[in-house]
Amino acid sequence: MDRQAKAIGVRELARSFGKIEAVKGISFEVAEGELFGFLGPNGAGKTTTINMLCTLLRPSRGGATVNGFDIVRERSEVRRSIGLVFQQTTLDEYLSAEQNLLFHAFAYNVPADLRNHRIHELLTMVELWDRRKGSVRTFSGGMKRRLEIARGLLHHPRVLFLDEPTIGLDPQTRRHIWNYLQRVREQEHLTLFLTTQYLDEAESCDRIAIIDRGEIVALDTPDGLKRAVGGDLVTFSVENPSSAVEEVKSRYGLDASARDGTVRFHVEHGDRFLPKFVQTFPQPLLSIALQRPTLEDVFITLTGHEIRDSELDAKDQLLAAGRWRMGR
Amino acid sequence: MSENWRGAWVVAYRELLRFVNERSRIVSSLAFPLLFLVIFGAGFGPTIGAIAPGVDFIQFMYPGIVAMSVLTTSLFAGVSVVWDREFGFLREILVAPIGRTGIVVGKALGAGVTALLQVLILLLLAPIIGVSLTLQTILLLVPIVVILSLGLSGLGILLASFMTSQQGFQLLIQLLIFPLIFLAGVFFPVNDVPIWLEVISKVNPLTYGVDAIRQVILGSVPGLGVTVLGHTMTLLEEIAVVVGLDVLLIGGAVAAFNRQE
Repeated sequence: MDRQAKAIGVRELARSFGKIEAVKGISFEVAEGELFGFLGPNGAGKTTTINMLCTLLRPSRGGATVNGFDIVRERSEVRRSIGLVFQQTTLDEYLSAEQNLLFHAFAYNVPADLRNHRIHELLTMVELWDRRKGSVRTFSGGMKRRLEIARGLLHHPRVLFLDEPTIGLDPQTRRHIWNYLQRVREQEHLTLFLTTQYLDEAESCDRIAIIDRGEIVALDTPDGLKRAVGGDLVTFSVENPSSAVEEVKSRYGLDASARDGTVRFHVEHGDRFLPKFVQTFPQPLLSIALQRPTLEDVFITLTGHEIRDSELDAKDQLLAAGRWRMGR
Repeated sequence: MSENWRGAWVVAYRELLRFVNERSRIVSSLAFPLLFLVIFGAGFGPTIGAIAPGVDFIQFMYPGIVAMSVLTTSLFAGVSVVWDREFGFLREILVAPIGRTGIVVGKALGAGVTALLQVLILLLLAPIIGVSLTLQTILLLVPIVVILSLGLSGLGILLASFMTSQQGFQLLIQLLIFPLIFLAGVFFPVNDVPIWLEVISKVNPLTYGVDAIRQVILGSVPGLGVTVLGHTMTLLEEIAVVVGLDVLLIGGAVAAFNRQE
């Protein structure tokens, strides 16, 4: 990746809260225009990383550049070039939607001749134009989130950071927010960096970094990550499973096994392998199924635990305290 | 520097928007001073009589009540910082490309203009109380109210930097407001009280803010001005004290605010 095409570059970035190292020296790069996902359970270090990249938190060691600006030495330049949607709402609930956007436009010095046009454009995109005069405290969770996305885009940032953009929203609203984000990507040509603990959301990313206990345990495209688990799972049933196992081994060189009358084996690019297999396999097939691995499988394989078992242990509580402290 | 200027005005602008949006705050912040004026005036007025030649108790107290409303409104700048932290908006402010100094000055300026609006409303009472105001008086009052408010806002923001909960901060402010008001010559002249009370009152810088407002509203009444070591403070000297207070408290607030990550 050459410097021009790099939106974010992170080297050995680390941050401790007291004795606890929340982020343990991570390195990665995000290309311009990429939809990059940070996937991990609560307390994995996602928010700490995003806060450092957004210049809200100083790294304990290592560093990073965002849009070519150093996150420690060029904080103002970084801030001007990024948009942010935080985990918790940061709207002024006692102002109207439009007043919130106006505040942002003034704070980011959006030129007066662009201001109103831009506010109209964005509020239309997130379908809140009709509610622009409404006080934000009367908005639903989904509406607030949409307004925050619009606000984050107001000053034409080149990178939009979203920290768990759909957390606490119902599935339907989550889908809606994703539709907006896809539209944003098409219309604004920007880089999206988001953190999530929802696996289905991570699937929509161009690339995913899986973070667990402050370390990146894997970084690849969703397909690449799934391939790392050992490919797709093919299961089929025939009259004589044990001879079929031998047949698969000798004919395709794949390690198959029979269980409960069905034969199963892993293969890369199962979708492309399956038609060939059906045409060439000598025995009559009674049934056949292809199962693609999920990111859940990937996560369990890589970390040895499920993403959902995120009960707050003592360390997580400390991390949560750290997050809270930096909100001051 | 431009980042600080922009920060100051955008933060102040939002404080004013909020003040206008929340009409209940206008009413509630006027209620306290009015209550004092009416109850104390009606209760003590007849007993006390004239405080100085041509100045009865309620007329004496009136400028003090004006100063008191400046105090309560200004300390609210601190409440608004704690509030913003609790409801998340502080992050939107902190991550914007605006200077921290500008943010503090903006909060203080917002409180200053709010205090000025309150004072202008309180000035409507002047004819009822029997105080005559001229345009010159009002024009002179404007800068004095603003500079007094800036310093007191600085105090509020300084304290808010160490507080995380809304309730805790409100309690602290309540604890602070009453001694500050009672020991600032709002209800009685601080020259002829027992020595301990006199010393405390004259150390309290708010005393000079109250007296400055009183000098402007009532004119220079012989025997009423605050004396320090036998010298009667002039309006200009009192303004100097308040400006000194501004520099100290706003400076402290900026330092405390910058200290936070």
